[in-house]
Amino acid sequence: MIAFATLLERLLFTQGRSDKIRLLAQYFATQPDPDRGIALAAIAGELRFAAAKAGLIRDLANARTDPILFALSYDFVGDLAETVALIWPEAATNAAPPSLPELVEALNLTPKIRLPDLVAGWLDACDAGTRLALLKLITGGLRIGVTGRLARIALAELSQGRASADDIEEVWHSLAPPYAGLFAWLEGRAPRPDPATAPVFRPPMLAHPLEPADLAALNPAALRAEWKWDGVRVQLVATPGGRRLYSRGAEDISATFPEILAAMDFQGVLDGELLVIRNGTVAPFADLQQRLNRKTVGAKMLADYPCAIRLYDILFDGAEDLRPQPFDARRARLEAWFARTRPACMDLSELIPFDTMDDLATLREGARAATIEGLMLKDRTSPYLPGRPKGHWWKWKRAPLTIDAVLMYAQRGHGKRSGSYSDYTFGLWREDGELVPVGKAYFGFTDRELAFLDQWIRTHTTARFGPVREVEHGLVLEIAFDGAQRSTRHKSGIALRFPRIARLRTDKPASEADRLEMLERLIPK
Amino acid sequence: MPRSPLPLVLGRHRANMSAMAHPETWLTPQPAGLFCAPGGFFIDPLRAVERAVITHAHSDHARPGHTAVLASPPTLALMRARLGDGAGRTQQALAWGERLRIGAVELWLEPAGHVLGSAQVVMEYQGSRAVVSGDYKRQPDPTCDAFIPVPCDVFVTEATFALPVFRHPQAAGEIAKLLASVRLFPERTHVIGCYSLGKTQRLIALLREAGWDEAIFMHGALAPMCDIYEQFGVPLGDLRPATVAAKKDLVGRIVLAPPAAIADRWARRLAEPVVCMASGWMRVRQRAKQSGVELPLVISDHADWDELNRTVDEVQAPEIWVTHGSEDALIHEVARRNIRGRPLRLIGYGEEEP
Repeated sequence: MIAFATLLERLLFTQGRSDKIRLLAQYFATQPDPDRGIALAAIAGELRFAAAKAGLIRDLANARTDPILFALSYDFVGDLAETVALIWPEAATNAAPPSLPELVEALNLTPKIRLPDLVAGWLDACDAGTRLALLKLITGGLRIGVTGRLARIALAELSQGRASADDIEEVWHSLAPPYAGLFAWLEGRAPRPDPATAPVFRPPMLAHPLEPADLAALNPAALRAEWKWDGVRVQLVATPGGRRLYSRGAEDISATFPEILAAMDFQGVLDGELLVIRNGTVAPFADLQQRLNRKTVGAKMLADYPCAIRLYDILFDGAEDLRPQPFDARRARLEAWFARTRPACMDLSELIPFDTMDDLATLREGARAATIEGLMLKDRTSPYLPGRPKGHWWKWKRAPLTIDAVLMYAQRGHGKRSGSYSDYTFGLWREDGELVPVGKAYFGFTDRELAFLDQWIRTHTTARFGPVREVEHGLVLEIAFDGAQRSTRHKSGIALRFPRIARLRTDKPASEADRLEMLERLIPK
Repeated sequence: MPRSPLPLVLGRHRANMSAMAHPETWLTPQPAGLFCAPGGFFIDPLRAVERAVITHAHSDHARPGHTAVLASPPTLALMRARLGDGAGRTQQALAWGERLRIGAVELWLEPAGHVLGSAQVVMEYQGSRAVVSGDYKRQPDPTCDAFIPVPCDVFVTEATFALPVFRHPQAAGEIAKLLASVRLFPERTHVIGCYSLGKTQRLIALLREAGWDEAIFMHGALAPMCDIYEQFGVPLGDLRPATVAAKKDLVGRIVLAPPAAIADRWARRLAEPVVCMASGWMRVRQRAKQSGVELPLVISDHADWDELNRTVDEVQAPEIWVTHGSEDALIHEVARRNIRGRPLRLIGYGEEEP
């Protein structure tokens, strides 16, 4: 527990991504099983304790402290778990803090009524730093700026070349804490864990934004074009081991879309866009947002916001891996598979006929439907490659200019909005991995989105500077703007003209937000 | 050091204060600071005044331009080094416990344990006694005399860390954390942000106590204060300027610098610096993270929550006045023990602790 608390503290204060990876790799290399596997589960967000909630922690603190002093302290510290960790009266005890395995076992086995005493006893045995780690661990939400993906990159480092992060990704969803088999594989003590027929996630293939420079270099005869739909990119996996719907960030969103799961009466892995489609017409993204992030979904929701998948690609037909095949071959397989299977709630992404790049430019500009973001261009010979390989797929979004930026700071608005955090500073990733602010936006969202943002900010604050809150780098905002120019106002050296929030990209991991270089290329010379 | 015997204990136990002048009749907060009318002087005035008694040499308490200044000998020396001609036209040094009559007030100084020379100002007038403690701490500090509780009728206290979330750990443990990091990253330079007066010298002394005998490198702004500490008999060992050292010579070393310098261009001279900060605020992660540090060290010149409350009890005063900090929490807490608390809301203190 103490080693884990130290790791969390180091991670919190470490800025650089590569330093975080090194810290994680070092922790995994030096800690025993099953402790490190439990830590990995906690960091990857795979550890959940149903019974231990923030309310329990608050009650424990209230029973031991004066309510006014607690309120003043909480107001100063700004985080419940940290306030409790710091204010907790030091107790004279010979007990040692629980180890991670002890903690997990006790939390799972202890009846709910005895949990408060159990947790209080642990807190008595810890120092302030360990108390904080313990409280964060049992209430969920470590807030250390580390994602499951980053942890898997650290695991790849641990393997010293035996496995890449993508290799680990492919078995990840067939594994469970404390991941003994995974560590054994990474350390060369055992073969790769066999996902067998488990419905695991496959790292998706992503596109590069099409830059003006690319345009001249592309050979239209070598390309296939499709509409870029404004939905959520998903992966459908159906194997003898089960059915899963994954977001492109490897998040299992099956439970939110039962109608899709019900329609997956086949064996294979497919790549597509999740959309709300009514009578054959794609509804705006805002409609799809009604369906996202729900634990359960009622009959009315299913009827009002009917979801469907527009299929882009086929990765596996049955157990046959089609990813090494060129795009045209996969497309033929996809069409054949579709004709044969006729799955409900699904259709095929149309291939758009064209002859020249000018045709494409015209199509792109002519696509005025809000549900089309632009065009996807794919090399007809490209295999399906994980990640964002260069020179295979391009996304050619239509105007206005947009960037996917990461929320960095928030400030309360004024007047009608004075109670909400409605003024947002967002940033893009610089080459060295630092997030740098590029602009501020305070409109463009609906009242419902504002409520979400406000809540998100309050629960993800990492620091306060007077009225300004710094937040975890975990929320992607799609920012629309009319132009970019050089400026000294922001650290990035770029100012945006008329930036507004086009939508919330809760489906997109922060690490995949746009890079600053991409914005720099949009500045007129 | 010769100690003057304390006079009869006034304090909380006395039933009847009607025969004496309550300190609120002769010690009053004014815009320029706390004013002692029968003595005609201010204590730690916030602007230039005729007659000032100074508790310690931090810039928020020892401001320039007073006509006459009374303080402990080290405080006067530190003020002269920092303020030059602004340190007071006439300066009068007062040793610990040495009694002085100013107007109708009897006054003496007792150590406050905050920084070198830091004093509590003890005043008696018409049968009542008030103690203005300035800034103080109770943790042991090899670089200054320890705080001595003086029983009194009114105790004037700071409240910088007056929230129960502030419990400063033992400084030695924080130094151990620093030295462990130095061993873990031998290829990097550890640079510690610390205030030039007090924190710097305490860190050096703590490092020496922990067995770090190597040269300690310093930003140029820190050296003058260290010289005065040595003049007053506080040995600091091998100190060298960081400014002239080559980058490779600072590998594996400990460098001290003012907090503003560690995030600045100045720090670029260092080899892959591990940025550390020594401050009581480092107890709260949000605060620590906000200052961009990689290694927070919870080392403070101020009393923490437990020390504040213990001190209030030890001086036995029925009433405390709070100059600055989180007065709400402290006043609420002492009220639970039937001690009256009064916020003075003096604006201008508390700017030293980064």
